[in-house]
Amino acid sequence: MSLRRNMLGAAVAVLAGGAAGLIAPAQAGQFDGVTVNVMTFTGPQIAEPLQRRAPDFEKLTGAKVNIITVPFSDLYQKLLTDWASGTNSIDAAVFAPQWMSDYVVPGYLLDLSDRMAADKDLQEDDVAPFFRDFSQKFNGKAYMVTLDGDFQMVYYRTDVLKELGKEPPKTWDDYLDIAKAANGKDMNGDGKPDYGSCISKKRGAQAYWAILSVAGSYLQAQGTKEGIFFDTKDMKPLVNNEAFAAALKVYQESTKYGPADEINLDVGDTRKLFTSGQCALSLDWGDIGTLAIDPKESKVQDKVGAVIIPGSKSVLDRSSGKLVACDKQTCPYATDGINHAPFAAFGGWSGGINAKANPKVQDAAYAFFSYMSQPKQSNEDVTLGKTGFNPYRMSQLKDLTLWKKAGMSEAAAKNYLGAIQESLDSPNMVLDLRIPQNQRYEQVALDTAVARMLAGELTVEDTMKQIASAWDDITEEVGRDSQLKAYKATLGQ
Amino acid sequence: MRLSFSDWLDRQADRLFILPAVLILLTFSIFPLLISAYLALSRFQLTAGGYQLRFVGWLNFKKLLFGGEQYHFLGVFVPVPWYGWLLLALVILLLARSIAQYIRSGKPTLFGLIGRAVTTAAILALALLLAATIGAGGQLGSLSVTVIYVAVGVTCQLLIGLGLAMLCSQNIRCRGFFRVVFFLPLMVTPVGIAYTFRMLADMTQGPLAGLWRFVGLGDLSWASQAWSARLVVMVGDTWQWTPFIFIVLLAAIEGQSREQVEAASLDGASYWQIFRDVTWPEIAPVASTIVLIRVIEAFKIVDLPNVLTNGGPGIATESLTLHSFINWRALDLGGSAAVAYMLLIVSTVLCASFFNYVMQPMRSRRQ
Repeated sequence: MSLRRNMLGAAVAVLAGGAAGLIAPAQAGQFDGVTVNVMTFTGPQIAEPLQRRAPDFEKLTGAKVNIITVPFSDLYQKLLTDWASGTNSIDAAVFAPQWMSDYVVPGYLLDLSDRMAADKDLQEDDVAPFFRDFSQKFNGKAYMVTLDGDFQMVYYRTDVLKELGKEPPKTWDDYLDIAKAANGKDMNGDGKPDYGSCISKKRGAQAYWAILSVAGSYLQAQGTKEGIFFDTKDMKPLVNNEAFAAALKVYQESTKYGPADEINLDVGDTRKLFTSGQCALSLDWGDIGTLAIDPKESKVQDKVGAVIIPGSKSVLDRSSGKLVACDKQTCPYATDGINHAPFAAFGGWSGGINAKANPKVQDAAYAFFSYMSQPKQSNEDVTLGKTGFNPYRMSQLKDLTLWKKAGMSEAAAKNYLGAIQESLDSPNMVLDLRIPQNQRYEQVALDTAVARMLAGELTVEDTMKQIASAWDDITEEVGRDSQLKAYKATLGQ
Repeated sequence: MRLSFSDWLDRQADRLFILPAVLILLTFSIFPLLISAYLALSRFQLTAGGYQLRFVGWLNFKKLLFGGEQYHFLGVFVPVPWYGWLLLALVILLLARSIAQYIRSGKPTLFGLIGRAVTTAAILALALLLAATIGAGGQLGSLSVTVIYVAVGVTCQLLIGLGLAMLCSQNIRCRGFFRVVFFLPLMVTPVGIAYTFRMLADMTQGPLAGLWRFVGLGDLSWASQAWSARLVVMVGDTWQWTPFIFIVLLAAIEGQSREQVEAASLDGASYWQIFRDVTWPEIAPVASTIVLIRVIEAFKIVDLPNVLTNGGPGIATESLTLHSFINWRALDLGGSAAVAYMLLIVSTVLCASFFNYVMQPMRSRRQ
């Protein structure tokens, strides 16, 4: 009897040990001799926390993590080329979760569902449901570990608005009104005129999400499932109508109140301009909120407010292509007659693992991403502007002590986190595009056409025609029916 | 009498000895050329388990010349403005003069006439393209932008390089120091040059910001205007490559016959007369060779427009290679290969024409 009991106990122990091998927290010497090559964008954001914590992770586990950086515009195809050609020199990568559709379907990304489900240290339940579903999963399986939560917001100088007697912008007309009033004023005491609005508009960088942030509230009013990119009946692009024209005009006009070379500025440049006190308004992800409290870099500490993306008082009627005024039917989620559509631009930088990497390397890569995402590391990183990581855990959005410890006043923390929470809670939140070849639709077609419009090469009408034509070409090439099915699936239809 | 095997081998020796070099050349240039030709006629698509290349015929080229990418490659067409007509007239005049000279030379051949007809058609087509896209409302495509970079850039590099070479061939103090200094830019990586010029041209934050503000350019953004952005690219390219022309022409000038120069000087010829009648005829073959090498390289310019402006504003500074690179980056491998082949065709026709109708006559005259 005791032998049988001993054998049963031993079998249970073996099974438990086997399962624990998959999900055990990183242990000293567990990955001695293992090297993990992780690719991401040049940054310095995003690469910084990975590079900073890699040596700590090596001390903990023995795994050496090489962070390889490439320009953002090259990241998508570098990963695809390495994995599609079978070179497999890249073991893991931190990239845009919306690109999953191009990496998962050909089988390049490792399914992490079991690992993440069994990983107690990851505290998955604390990750906001939106990021758990959008940034981690594809067709119901988890392929990526969330490291960052992305929403675009508008930032404003509280002191400048107070001086102008203006309220934080609720609509895009308000935004332009404030930008125009503030433009040319000296906002940082250096005697030189500063700018009303600073928005990154550089081609081939991360600028093209901004136009979608502007367009969202004109295009979507019936809730997240409606979508802003295509008509869900026939996959017709929603970029050639009065709503998108209105958005392009707002975007174009904002350039008048910005730096002379705004169309050549990347997000890093506009953030520096804002935190050095040269801009009254900006449109960006959560980074400005944390960069503004950095005592070494910021000249606008305690002078920055954040607000949900401005909305619109009119929205697109999809049958006529015209803008119609907001009312209870056309804008059921409007607040005070204004339709807001906060844009979950990009999704949030997340870590994915090469399905063809050596199994030991895969384990080490997963352990590294889990380590980065665990609250002990993540809670600090999301409060530091230099990391580029923005809050994505519910505790990060509720626990003010994290932010006060980082240097934010209680009022500023409530304002900043409130704007993010309001975006997350919005029933009319806009999802980013996640169909196959979404990178071509956005980073190539949309980015090029909008860059040409800003350079004066195209009118608003020609810009819309150009984008619509390019998007239709891509859709026909990939397959209209399959793209429509994929698009509707991402909207939960 | 039948040859023995060893005799046959002896006769084939020269071919056999160069065969390894030929095979290497074929492996690393011709075969990839053929494979990329197939790519240019295909569409690349990702699939489960890998990727797929689907043959689509001339579709990629049709898109560039007549379809959705025409604005990108050829440009946006508008009525030809007066300066466009002037340019066309000048080009037609020069081409007509060249053909007339050839016919009057008394030695025209059929192949010579066909070759000149191809060259004339190519140059005329490029001139027409430029004239039809340069007017108000028009827009230059990557082909025209590349041709401008080559023509303007190499001309400036030749004039400046030649001038510096003439100066450094004089018996001046510290000429050894100047030779090294003038040669330095060639040693710098193109990306470094691009970032340096980006900083120098920054009107608000760069090291010369005070100077730009002093001359009233503080609010100008060179990167937001098409022609100023192209100018900065050409300035950077000229700064980088002038030393190459300088160093070769310096060697050519110092290698010319001193007796002829001294004799001309004794006869009372001016500096300009000595240059025109003695120095230039001596160094012209070398100059034309170096220009040919520069033209071939200039067609492939990519670093400067990529780092300086990302091809912007809009697509105003995109060269053909950058256009191809941007397509490749978006995994449109067929489109990328098609642009690369158009570059190959244009540069081959122009460079072969330059070799046959400029360099060869120069060498023949010298002999």
